[in-house]
Amino acid sequence: MTGTSPAVVSASKLGLTFQTNDGPVQALSNVDLTIGKGEFVSFIGPSGCGKTTLLRVIADLEKPTSGTISVNGMTPEQAREKRAYGYVFQAAALFPWRTIERNVALPLEIIGLSRAEQAERIKRTMELVNLSGFEKKYPWQLSGGMQQRASIARALAFDADLLLMDEPFGALDEIVRDHLNEQLLELWARTNKTICFVTHSIPEAVYLSTRIIVMSPRPGRVTDIIESTLPKERPLDIRETPEFLAIAARVRDGLRAGHSYDD
Amino acid sequence: MDTFRDKLVPVTSILLGVVVLWYIFAVILNAPFQRDLDRRANETHGTVEFIGKTLSQPKPTLPAPHQVAVNFFENTFLRPITSNRSLVYNAWVTLSSTLLGFAFGTALGIIIAVGIVHVATLDRSLMPWIIASQTIPILAVAPMIIVVLAAIGVTGLIPKAMISTYLSFFPVTVGMVKGLRSPEIMHLDLMHTYNASASQTFWKLRVPASVPFLFTSMKVAVAASLVGAIVGELPTGAVAGIGAKLLAGAYYSQSIDIWSALVAGSVVAALLVMVVGIAGRLVDRAMGGRPA
Repeated sequence: MTGTSPAVVSASKLGLTFQTNDGPVQALSNVDLTIGKGEFVSFIGPSGCGKTTLLRVIADLEKPTSGTISVNGMTPEQAREKRAYGYVFQAAALFPWRTIERNVALPLEIIGLSRAEQAERIKRTMELVNLSGFEKKYPWQLSGGMQQRASIARALAFDADLLLMDEPFGALDEIVRDHLNEQLLELWARTNKTICFVTHSIPEAVYLSTRIIVMSPRPGRVTDIIESTLPKERPLDIRETPEFLAIAARVRDGLRAGHSYDD
Repeated sequence: MDTFRDKLVPVTSILLGVVVLWYIFAVILNAPFQRDLDRRANETHGTVEFIGKTLSQPKPTLPAPHQVAVNFFENTFLRPITSNRSLVYNAWVTLSSTLLGFAFGTALGIIIAVGIVHVATLDRSLMPWIIASQTIPILAVAPMIIVVLAAIGVTGLIPKAMISTYLSFFPVTVGMVKGLRSPEIMHLDLMHTYNASASQTFWKLRVPASVPFLFTSMKVAVAASLVGAIVGELPTGAVAGIGAKLLAGAYYSQSIDIWSALVAGSVVAALLVMVVGIAGRLVDRAMGGRPA
């Protein structure tokens, strides 16, 4: 990576084949992708299109079987060892025996920060996700949306520049989801992080992203890449504007072209 | 207090049913001997009087509940606890080796489980032996352990405690292997994204996740420990302990003594399980468990 703005994620001819009892399954095939610093990139497609697998390859939770990929100019493994990213799972995955603040402190304990430094980071990230005042609560005392916000705080706590989010709001109801989408954009604007966001909701992808990667299954591959023309400032009602609807239509066309609507 | 009533009423009804059945069987089982006695003494009795007599024999085949209750009460509350006929004294002797064996067994069980979870070779080599160890009848092993240890000069509390250990490590091992493997894939993936070391994953994730499993298996283990301690007292000709009381009662056909020793053993077992259960609940509360 010798360019002026080095790519945060760069993949070429990336492929991953799982060996299953029913024979090999091509989860990813021939994926070429470059994600620049500060981008908000969504991966969208039906289940089985490899969007989560791609995110897991970036996070070094899966190993590709062909092609190359780099994260911050390193292999995913080196990047993970350097704690280059924060990862948000489909469920909040908080430890039930820890309070919210101890959950947020978990990665900080692991990288070995002092207690004082932990407290300072916890305070800052809890404010960032609007959870101040809930530090001493246990996860079961919080609603699903608040739990997911706590897990975002945990992913932000050690201040990695890259945030990987795997359908983080998929299990939440639409009203909570709208609210969290708005807050996520705000957070992105304030922190200037690079975000990779997996979703199966077209409005969510269009609302959030600067770029939308459309994927389709069998084999999992990238079928279309759509640059968003929406401004960075996005109130919720931008979703009724013709510009928004036009992008959403393009995404739907992309999915259809990838046979994602076939039975 | 609804839960109290929900539990108390059904449990009490079953208890009453058992007591009624017990009386019926006491009459049936003691009747032949009573008839024999009456015939030799050339006596005849009315039905009510006959039943009364079957329930008050000094060495009945099956003592009646009230006979056991009286014996239990006398030997628990009316004797000085230093007397070797006191059930409190005998229960304490058994309890001390139970607790020692339980502590050893729990520690051993946890150590083996940690080994099995972290070393694949141990999982494959050790697990079959551990299961096999529990298929050997403890009644056959107990005398050997005691004789072998006595030969090298170890007597008293330790051999009995070792039999308790032998019985109690197993549930703890099985429970802890399950508990240490209980974290969800997502939690393990999370630790992986933090590049956490194996020991960090162990202490921050596997150990806390295994705590509920530990207490469940400790409840089974503590009851097994008590059985081990009692069995350990049988072949040694132990002078004190619930096992010794059972043996002495059998020698001298003191069936009432046997039954009240059994009751004492059950009371100790119930108390032990209850204490472990309460400890488990306190720990769960301290770990942010949702109140039931």
